[in-house]
Amino acid sequence: MSESASERRDSAIDLEGPAAPPRRNGELLFAAPWESRVFGIALALHRQGFFRWDEFRDCLIAEIAGWEKRHGRERVDGEWSYYARWQTALETLLARKCLCAAAELDEREQDLAARPAGHDHGQD
Amino acid sequence: MSEHEHGPSDRRALRAEALESLLLEKGLVQPETIDAVVRHYEQDVGPMNGAKVVARAWTDPAYKRRLLENGTAAIAELGFGGPQGEHIVVVENTPAVHNVVVCTLCSCYPWPVLGLPPSWYKSPAFRSRVVREPRAVLAEMGLALGPDVAIRVWDSSSEVRYLVLPQRPAGTEGLREAELAAWVNRDSMIGVSQPTPPQDAPRE
Repeated sequence: MSESASERRDSAIDLEGPAAPPRRNGELLFAAPWESRVFGIALALHRQGFFRWDEFRDCLIAEIAGWEKRHGRERVDGEWSYYARWQTALETLLARKCLCAAAELDEREQDLAARPAGHDHGQD
Repeated sequence: MSEHEHGPSDRRALRAEALESLLLEKGLVQPETIDAVVRHYEQDVGPMNGAKVVARAWTDPAYKRRLLENGTAAIAELGFGGPQGEHIVVVENTPAVHNVVVCTLCSCYPWPVLGLPPSWYKSPAFRSRVVREPRAVLAEMGLALGPDVAIRVWDSSSEVRYLVLPQRPAGTEGLREAELAAWVNRDSMIGVSQPTPPQDAPRE
């Protein structure tokens, strides 16, 4: 997948003034392309009616609460990733809805990881 | 899993790619749909919407009344609505009361008027601490409030999303609505900052 990298059209966007796009203090909304993909996947699936938004939200709350139980809430280190929790919550919901099983996903991830070195992981 | 060969971000990117490719194969999502969703939130929706709402409330007392009575309906008058904006409650800052918004459980946020939340809003530390010690957290974020100002913390629930109506800054009396909107920054509508003078003169 290389289209995720090309999603950032920084130079084409007007960056200044009151009509500037949503940004957080000069940074893009998403820290990495994969974050925007998992955000977009959840919204797209919801819009097509595969789940109600509160169903997803409940999974997200449970996922975040579980992470915080394991890691604590006060110490924010490099391990905390909001969109990692978002993705795991989405995986939980999709498995529950029998739309995508965890085992399938693990297998696909292993297949992708086994690609020859130098293959575009959609990160660069 | 290749946890020891790649950093966490590489692993997450791989997992996300696996999910997208699998859902694509199943015909559940199309890349163009995902592109469109992301583009919408990166480019079309954001704090500039909320800034227009606030500037209108600052200049039109009747609108402000409607906004405080029924946030969702008054915001819809300006053409803003959609996911995460079904029940927006607007809370007004006054010289005596300062409002700040949090979602203690996850990251609920009024998307139609503020876009997607900043990362600090979603962080475990902000979500737990701002409820317990709001004055200290706001001071750390650069907003020192006097001891005579009461702080109200609003925890977003599954239904309600909050938008803070900041106080109109002194010295902006002669400004028109469009000029005022440039003073309204995102953080002031979450309640962790005050409106600030625009960097540049607003363009027409």
